[in-house]
Amino acid sequence: MASKKIGKATVKFTNPPFIIGTGTVVGPMEGKGPLAKGFDVVLPDLACGEKTPEKSERKLLEQAANIAIERSGVEKNMIDYYIAGDLLNQIISAGFSARQLAIPFFGVYGACSTCAMGATLGSMIIDGGFSDYILIGCSSHYQAAERQFRHPIELNVKHKAISQYTVTGAGALVLSSSGKGPRLTWATTGKVIDLGIKDPCNLGAAMAPAAADTFVRYMIDTGSTPDMFDLVLTGDLGNLGSELFKELVKDAGYAVGNNYNDCGLMIFDTKTQQVGAGGSGCACPAVVMLGPIFGKLEDGTLKKVLLVATGALLSPLSSQQGETIPGIGHIIVIES
Amino acid sequence: MPSKKAGQKMKKMPKTAQAAQHQKREQRAYKQLVAEKQRKPLYFKNFIVAFVAGGVVCTMGQAILAFFMKQGLDINAAAAPTLAVIILFGIILTAFGIYDEFAQFAGAGAAVPITGFANTITAAAIDFKREGWVFGMGAKMFIVAGPVIVYGILSGVFAAFIKFIIWS
Repeated sequence: MASKKIGKATVKFTNPPFIIGTGTVVGPMEGKGPLAKGFDVVLPDLACGEKTPEKSERKLLEQAANIAIERSGVEKNMIDYYIAGDLLNQIISAGFSARQLAIPFFGVYGACSTCAMGATLGSMIIDGGFSDYILIGCSSHYQAAERQFRHPIELNVKHKAISQYTVTGAGALVLSSSGKGPRLTWATTGKVIDLGIKDPCNLGAAMAPAAADTFVRYMIDTGSTPDMFDLVLTGDLGNLGSELFKELVKDAGYAVGNNYNDCGLMIFDTKTQQVGAGGSGCACPAVVMLGPIFGKLEDGTLKKVLLVATGALLSPLSSQQGETIPGIGHIIVIES
Repeated sequence: MPSKKAGQKMKKMPKTAQAAQHQKREQRAYKQLVAEKQRKPLYFKNFIVAFVAGGVVCTMGQAILAFFMKQGLDINAAAAPTLAVIILFGIILTAFGIYDEFAQFAGAGAAVPITGFANTITAAAIDFKREGWVFGMGAKMFIVAGPVIVYGILSGVFAAFIKFIIWS
């Protein structure tokens, strides 16, 4: 009998893991955004001393992981597992950073939902009694993502107003079975939802139904309402996607109010910075959640935050072959 | 007589068909919602900006052509060095990371002139140099420009063919 499972797809942790350390590293563009003060490190340039964007991304992830470990006050060799993922083919940033960290490693892929996915799995492992300390990380890099998913970086392409700007950055957290600080209390794992959007520039619209589906699932499973949260965050839906999300959850009877925001809209100033519909990428929900929002959870300004991290499970190949874009959304709830 | 399993399968058939239809309806409704919420691109403004910006690039080309003709070349002879110079401009601006910024503003005005073509090759060359001279840059330099060349030649053949039929 699965005693911790509530409803159809939600788990309630009986001994909710503590988030004892976080680390966030972001690029220069994010450093000019409205949340700049909430990040641990803002890099002066995209290259950060490396010759390729892929190497720079790896460096970001390693740096974020090291900050999280240092802040947690736990020795590196006490950490049992490292769960990480990123956007690049064969999740090389995660795998190569694990080579450096030398901690037993689970590589995960959930596109931009990776941070919530990793945190859910980590919490399950801890609450299941398999481990005391787990490190979770994810990263994305504007240039590396652009090269893989879109065009050469210097190409003369005018970005569409609905396309999103990949956040350069990395976020990491250390979960622990004991300690103090904010705890990860609930998690809902999303289904893959595809409502037939084909345009790979319009990922917000592709992911919004998945986010709404998981959100409604959480509400039904736990019997909660959206106003029970100080903040409801979606990962990286951008302005069109978050409009659609609001509409979809309203139709389902769980309308979100002023306590709703989207990480992709918070990280940049969409009016003055040229970022199209907002930020996206694995790092987008991770750095917003673990940076400024986590700070507010720690000092008690926020008590209960729900994050729906959203991912678009496409590849350049699948969109070129004319396939629609499957989306996914995973929920984690963090309480101080 | 169908087996029990096959019988169950057949009973299930209409349900899956129903589900498929339901999904289709759901997809159609969602696409409509997206179309409602999505702001239309500013086509008119984009047309004007692209026209003016592309026009400026072409005027520069014309000025260079005039310069070479002043040096005593006739219009056919002056075309080649004009192209070479303006392509060089495109390459230099790409290398310094300026051309893509220009394209953010100018759109098709930056893509259509030959400077845009120079940019596609240079941008790919810079990008893939990281994977080596042969399998990186050498192999992938034409990844964006390739289709332009292929279909450019193809339409040239068609045009020549039509001309051949009409004039003979």
